[in-house]
Amino acid sequence: MTAGGLCSRVALATCRRMSAAPALAVRDLTKIYKTGTAVAGISFALEPGTVTGLLGGNGAGKTTTIAMIMGLVAPTSGTVEVLGRQMPRDRYHLLHRMNFESPYVEMPHRLSIRQNLKIFGKLYGVRDIAARIAQLAEELDLADLLDRAAGKLSAGQKTRVSLAKALINSPELLLLDEPTASLDPDTADWVRGRLERFRDERRATILLASHNMAEVERMCEHVIMMKKGVIVDYDTPARLLTRYGRTNLEEVFLDVARNTGVREAAQ
Amino acid sequence: MSVPVQTQSRRVEPAIRFHPAFSWARVFAMVQRYWYLLRSSWPRVLDLIYWPTVQMCMWGFLQMYVGQQGGVVARAGQTFLGAVMLWDMLFRGQLGFSISFLEEMYSRNLSNLLISPLRPMEFVTSLMIMSVIRLAVGMVPVSILAILFFGFNLWALGFGLVAFFVNLMLTGWAVGIFVSGLLLRNGLGAENMAWSIMFLLLPLTCVYYPVSVLPGWLQTIAWSLPPTYVFEGMRALLLDHVFRADLMLQALAINMVLFMLAILAFLEFLKSSRRHGSLLAGGE
Repeated sequence: MTAGGLCSRVALATCRRMSAAPALAVRDLTKIYKTGTAVAGISFALEPGTVTGLLGGNGAGKTTTIAMIMGLVAPTSGTVEVLGRQMPRDRYHLLHRMNFESPYVEMPHRLSIRQNLKIFGKLYGVRDIAARIAQLAEELDLADLLDRAAGKLSAGQKTRVSLAKALINSPELLLLDEPTASLDPDTADWVRGRLERFRDERRATILLASHNMAEVERMCEHVIMMKKGVIVDYDTPARLLTRYGRTNLEEVFLDVARNTGVREAAQ
Repeated sequence: MSVPVQTQSRRVEPAIRFHPAFSWARVFAMVQRYWYLLRSSWPRVLDLIYWPTVQMCMWGFLQMYVGQQGGVVARAGQTFLGAVMLWDMLFRGQLGFSISFLEEMYSRNLSNLLISPLRPMEFVTSLMIMSVIRLAVGMVPVSILAILFFGFNLWALGFGLVAFFVNLMLTGWAVGIFVSGLLLRNGLGAENMAWSIMFLLLPLTCVYYPVSVLPGWLQTIAWSLPPTYVFEGMRALLLDHVFRADLMLQALAINMVLFMLAILAFLEFLKSSRRHGSLLAGGE
């Protein structure tokens, strides 16, 4: 039996335990570029109100997967169902209910934080934008930064602002691409705390692409491991550790990346 | 490997708010974004006024000089200032559209917009409104300076000016929309097109000379371009004091077709960008 086969069965069992339909269901999703296959027929589902980690080395297909979920990249084949609706067919109904944060996507530098958030609030149809900005400023400790230009912030401040933009519409599905990359441990820990609080309060579903294994272990109920465009493993962090006989996810990640332990784990 | 999905029990969706297919609130949010940007940078504002002023001065003095020569040359020279100001309307109309679009690519904000509920037609509409605002910031002071320095009153063209403006803006927008599509698909590698594409029209649309000057085969091409009708109409108005409504209507008809084609091209470029993943590159 291949690792994939076993993982499919484990994941299937997990999915069947879901009390409600998934917040996100990806089926046979494939993206083939002229230069090669970025994502090769992956399927997974996220239970509402959970945090799922999307792990994989560079070029594993994580960003392309997230981009297809957001409708930024058109799949070659397969389907994406978000909150019971089809993406990209129902794109403009869904985009009100989801959001995305990545340190690699920036906001206009010359505009102040308040101006940026106001514009995005209007784009997302947020009612009483001023109150929402005040609330986010309090929650994310941005009050002193609101009238500062976005281009004049430190990395940590930029991450908090990006997070404020991602939470402006209180999304039901939040996609995060390395949200704590380039942050110092204290700020990263603070950001994780805010994300967990948001998940608990909103009962939001979060898909978290990250290279930080400690972050994934702390935040995620489930982990999807990708390599070369396919899902090579899927489970809870605890079960992955047991299956691979490792003490932390970083070691599991290395086993998967170096192809050591995958087959053994599957067997 | 894949992670199979069960979907038997449908989640009860929360009440979905009404999402109109076209929202003026989102359009004006984008206009507000560009307005904030313009307001935050005096060099940007200066840039809008600087070049039209230089052009107006140069052509104004040339018109004065040619006017002193008398004869046919003097007659031809009477239209220089009108021509350069209408040309600026065309050029700045397109550039105002394309630069606002480029600002999104420079600030790597395009992905944020494309994953927001902003629809392509709302985005395009906001860019059109912004091009009018940018044009007004640049051209209103210049038109006043033309009255003061050279006694040329663009506003005295009256209804003719409205017809010229509408047609030139429609052409400027059509070209701007097409170029923005190219930028979406090809990234900032196509940036030069935004700055230079309009100059292709400069000789073909007969800004400073009548269409009859061109060889026959080029005249056919010239008459397929709406600005040619505008510049011919301007000469008729300034030299013969006749408003050629027929030319304006023909220009409007061609503009409608060009505008629709530009919109279709933009949507196709957007679709193609999604297929090729070029939106992920952040505009580079």
